[in-house]
Amino acid sequence: MNDVRDIAFAWKHSPDQHAAAPAHHPVVIVGAGPVGLATAIDLAAKGHRSVIIERKSQLSDGSRAICWAKRTLEIMDRLGVGQPLLDKGVTWKNGKVFFDTAQVFAFDLLPETGHRMPAFVNLQQYYFEHYCVQAAAKTGLIDIRWQEDVRGLEQTTDGVLLTVGSPEGTYRLLADWVVAADGARSTVRRLMDLPFEGRVFEDQFLICDIKMKLDRPVERWFWFDPPFNRGRSALLHKQADERWRLDFQVGQEADRDAEVKPENAARRVRGMLGEDVDFEFDWISIYRFQSRRLQKFRHGRVLFAGDSAHQVSPFGARGGNSGVQDADNLAWKLDLVLRGLAPERLLDSYHEERAAAADENLLHTTRSTDFIAPKSEMSRIFRDAALALAETEPFARRLINSGRLSTPTCYTQSSLNGPDELADEALAARPGAAALDAPHDNGWLLHTLGGAFTGLWVGRDAQVAASVAEAKGELAHRAVPIRLVQTSNAEACARYGATDAPAFYLIRPDQHVAARWRTFSAAAVGRAADRALART
Amino acid sequence: MALERELKIDDGDGVYAAIIDAHQGLSLEQSAALNARLVLLLANHIGDGTVIREALAKARASLTR
Repeated sequence: MNDVRDIAFAWKHSPDQHAAAPAHHPVVIVGAGPVGLATAIDLAAKGHRSVIIERKSQLSDGSRAICWAKRTLEIMDRLGVGQPLLDKGVTWKNGKVFFDTAQVFAFDLLPETGHRMPAFVNLQQYYFEHYCVQAAAKTGLIDIRWQEDVRGLEQTTDGVLLTVGSPEGTYRLLADWVVAADGARSTVRRLMDLPFEGRVFEDQFLICDIKMKLDRPVERWFWFDPPFNRGRSALLHKQADERWRLDFQVGQEADRDAEVKPENAARRVRGMLGEDVDFEFDWISIYRFQSRRLQKFRHGRVLFAGDSAHQVSPFGARGGNSGVQDADNLAWKLDLVLRGLAPERLLDSYHEERAAAADENLLHTTRSTDFIAPKSEMSRIFRDAALALAETEPFARRLINSGRLSTPTCYTQSSLNGPDELADEALAARPGAAALDAPHDNGWLLHTLGGAFTGLWVGRDAQVAASVAEAKGELAHRAVPIRLVQTSNAEACARYGATDAPAFYLIRPDQHVAARWRTFSAAAVGRAADRALART
Repeated sequence: MALERELKIDDGDGVYAAIIDAHQGLSLEQSAALNARLVLLLANHIGDGTVIREALAKARASLTR
């Protein structure tokens, strides 16, 4: 099999099909895209079975989400899928921005060393899904039901009754929890009649995935108003297997059917890459996008994740990446609620934290879109002024917005956050932030943190070390155990504000910081853990 | 004092969006009038004539591209 997109997943008969009463499952996930698969794999890592209902019989038909950001790679690494993404994908961190024919500036996303994961890996969505499907199979806990779809949904006091369509007719399932990861046109959202309103952008964009051998640096190239697409924008990205993503803004009036004809698309490709370019098409698609989100991501026992909950413009690669971060936020909370170790209201914090993330992503992507495709003549005049000034003025370069690339949201306002004794120091590691990687014991700190509550002691102070060691047993024997990890790595000390004095961090199972202290107290750590579990 | 050429605004994207929003619904002529008022307000705030003249020269030179 040369192309993973040709793999056909067979429908399999399930005993649930003819059960007298609806078969009971703790978790049913709707959609086997990146978000549904990541949720299932994370739950499986914590010991939970799940059923995934997927309409299709194949992986994503097109490359779709291609830019996987550092935080997503770290999450997938925690789930055991990081290495194949790194191996198959194209690592990049540099980009160039052009205005007309001139380069206005170049950027480097991660000049800092001492992190396992790069700033970005480009990889077609079907490969991301392929590795997830393989990992899911290995767990033995994930039942993907290909070629089935949800036809009805009814919430009762003790669960969600689903009507599922299959090639052999419909059947019913009773789920304790449903994760709706069924994309922008979510069936679950429609069945529940939930409004999904926002801003529609009229501009159309043409994606051409082409195969060609081209020896050029792996960089993101973005053009404003280039000669080959006057008055509009264009983007070039490299993917795996000698595939390249070309994205052309084609305007509001463009004729969709005409644009996707290979002969017309080929003219655009040659305009960008030269008349003599040798290529073949892999995928052509034209799209318009919307910016919108659900008002609430939790509706009783139904939790929305990924595009079903929020849809953003593609500039900044915030769609797929934020979806995987939804899964990361949801899985540990669902795990602890399923095991009766946290109250159901912990799941309200899923909405609280991820809706805040969605708002951040909506804000950034809307601003990028307005810069790339100005809505008024004056907006275009300002945009072109910034671009012209950027050739000589450093400040103007920082205003050029061709997409603010996805970074993890810091849950600054989260009700799960505990004390912050470091206040203004090491702000990047403040409560709510994703933990920062660093070298650790010939490996990496994030690997060591894993997916459980962890007390991270950073620094070298022997006295503190003794008090931490003393509390080890107490913390390990809590209902939700807290493991201890210690590091004195210089990069870790710098990143966690522990160069001059040690610091103690409580890290959640999704590797976000719950609280941090200068002085260690087992009782304070226990109180912060209770708060992070929504127990208090 | 020389003209500051590095980004000084703490939230560049937010301030840029605020400027664009201020023009919402205006004709080009009204927008030009808004810009003129804005330039005068900010020039007064800066105060230093040398800095303002340097900015004017840079803006004018950038028009020729």
